[in-house]
Amino acid sequence: MLGLNKKDTGLLLIVAVLALFAPIIFNPFPSDSAMAQFNAGYPDLMQRFVIFGIFAIGYNILFGLTGYLSFGHAAFLGVGSYAAVWMFKLLSMNILPAIALSIVIAGVFAALIGYVSLRRSGIYFAILTLAFAQMSYNLAYSVLTPITNGETGLQLSLDDPRILDGAPESVGSLPYPTLLGFEMSDTYVMAAGGWQFQFSVGYYVCAVVLLLAFYLSIRIFRSPFGMMLRAVKSNQQRLNYTGVNARPYTLAAFVISGMYAGLAGGLMASMDPLAGADRMQWTASGEVVLMTILGGAGTLIGPVLGAGFIKYFENIFSKINDTILHQWFAIMPDGIEDVLVALVHPFVGKGWHLTLGILFMLVVIFLPGGLVEGGQRIAGLFRRRKTDNDGDGDTGSSTSKDPAE
Amino acid sequence: MDAIILQILNGLDKGSAYALIALGLTLIFGTLGVVNFAHGALFMIGAFCAVTFSKFLSISYTVIDETKTDFLGNPLKVDLTYVEAWFGQSVGGTILDWAVPLSILMAIPVMVIIGFIMERGLIKHFYARPHADQILVTFGLAIVLQEIIKYFYGANPIPTPAPDMFRGSFDFGALLGFDANTIIYPYWRLVYFLFAAVIISAVFAFLRFTTFGMVVRAGMADRETVGLLGIDIDKRFTLMFGIAAAVAGLAGVMYAPINSPNYHMGMDFLVLSFVVVVVGGMGSLPGAVLAGFLLGILESFASMNEVKSILPGIDQIIIYLVAIIILLTRPRGLMGRKGVMEE
Repeated sequence: MLGLNKKDTGLLLIVAVLALFAPIIFNPFPSDSAMAQFNAGYPDLMQRFVIFGIFAIGYNILFGLTGYLSFGHAAFLGVGSYAAVWMFKLLSMNILPAIALSIVIAGVFAALIGYVSLRRSGIYFAILTLAFAQMSYNLAYSVLTPITNGETGLQLSLDDPRILDGAPESVGSLPYPTLLGFEMSDTYVMAAGGWQFQFSVGYYVCAVVLLLAFYLSIRIFRSPFGMMLRAVKSNQQRLNYTGVNARPYTLAAFVISGMYAGLAGGLMASMDPLAGADRMQWTASGEVVLMTILGGAGTLIGPVLGAGFIKYFENIFSKINDTILHQWFAIMPDGIEDVLVALVHPFVGKGWHLTLGILFMLVVIFLPGGLVEGGQRIAGLFRRRKTDNDGDGDTGSSTSKDPAE
Repeated sequence: MDAIILQILNGLDKGSAYALIALGLTLIFGTLGVVNFAHGALFMIGAFCAVTFSKFLSISYTVIDETKTDFLGNPLKVDLTYVEAWFGQSVGGTILDWAVPLSILMAIPVMVIIGFIMERGLIKHFYARPHADQILVTFGLAIVLQEIIKYFYGANPIPTPAPDMFRGSFDFGALLGFDANTIIYPYWRLVYFLFAAVIISAVFAFLRFTTFGMVVRAGMADRETVGLLGIDIDKRFTLMFGIAAAVAGLAGVMYAPINSPNYHMGMDFLVLSFVVVVVGGMGSLPGAVLAGFLLGILESFASMNEVKSILPGIDQIIIYLVAIIILLTRPRGLMGRKGVMEE
């Protein structure tokens, strides 16, 4: 289907089902139950899953395929956001021109930065991209204030021209971004029993874009171009000896992943029309690296999983506070309850980044292939067990120790 | 002329910090071949050593002071620190006042131990892995260390004053024969610069004039041959990691009075220090020091109003700009050896 083989079609279908039914799937607990805080099926969070998923898919095209570790991708996302908000301010509240412009601008930026940075590889490339991103961040904060509005961040205001939207309405409220007449914040709430499912226009726009982005990335992975990028990763020197100039390929990959980042930035601004410089900080670039590695760099589904995983647990963990912990451990005797709460306390709430850091280290150390590799290992374990049971049962314990083989 | 001298002086303290951190980074990279993204966190931990030590010193208990009375004539309760109780008012007071320099005593063993644990426990397993993995795992470690500090000390900067003697500034211009009040310079920054100079010379002397240092330098040049000669080079490199951590920590300790320590100060310095290492030349110790001071001074020149009026915003990006130009025209850096890490 659509020029994909069976396996990829299956993958695309899984993602499609997940994305389209997310408001139901991520909402497993009735809204009045104690577990309702673990629901992720509200538009704001689901939009974040999807937008960061797009960002990570794009990053994976660069890092997963070519092995070039960029520490400055958040700059493209930030540029994309700024471009989109300017489009809302000047042209129209329709999101299509805004997203188009953010992709184009991010692409141009990526071409410029990539042209310079890709002259080096390895650590130098990482540091060059980091330097460029920090430069953009510092500039956005200081000199470029007329364009970026500095620390406050770029926002809509009532006296923006918005040429295509005609005369500004005299209502005293800011307009919302729209597509085909629907406002992004429009939400249809469906109550079914104790459940409340929220279907938001903004989320579905993001989900459709995610599917397109995912489809495109599958095509890139399976194309001769994708093969070439993998060759760059496995041995660039040998590629050069065979007479192939790798730089056009890596530059193309860099620009494509920059455009994905711009798309994510544009969507982010479409869901919530403001843009700030802190989206470009290098810790934000680190975050997308985390997502890609955690999910599994170089795999198709990995980045989406990683983005969803990090954003979900970020949201849930930051919400857990001591009162909730006390509720959880209430069955324990008082002394043990307090000890348990004290033990868990540093890792939840504001301590979420600590958990994230530890998790990330564990993944890099023990599971370089990320969650996808973890899943494959577990699957492999079961398969191995099955064959062992068919044959000689005694070897089962010795082989299952090393399931990665 | 006086303006130029002022800018050079202003650049020195930041330059010293860059040079010290970059020196540690280069030591680690030159010996172990590891790119340590957690080095900024070590700098930050050093600064928090100073905070912790001065908190230790100011642990106090309450006594009833008969000499002081409130308005009703009752004796007043006074907090008395243990240090003052043990050593008497004047000696104890001096110790309290000198908390920051004294915390060096605590910082050295703490940092060496942290460095040792880091190398043996984590980084040892990453020698054979690609540079990208090393960057990623140390980046993760940096986040963890930073969050641990944040958990114990909170997110706000903690003011840590310098000793009384070095507070305030002095008229440096008058010393050199310029008009009075043209070059005003804080004492502590001068102390910081001298301190950095001492540490840097100590590290160089250690590598140059001791047998241990000689072996380490030999190992940096050709690890395999040194190993074939029957020397356990790994053990020495581990110790060098500890020393590099201590250098970063000391840089942090003494920086605490200049900039109140907060949990993300390490990250802020890390990026710049990497740029410094790259400009100086990966693996070149003199290069790291030279580039540190050069970039620090360059940054302070770029923040002059005269320069900013011609090129607005240049002070924010000058270091990165220099790094980009250097990387593209002379990838081995100012003093890097030819052929080392040029790709």
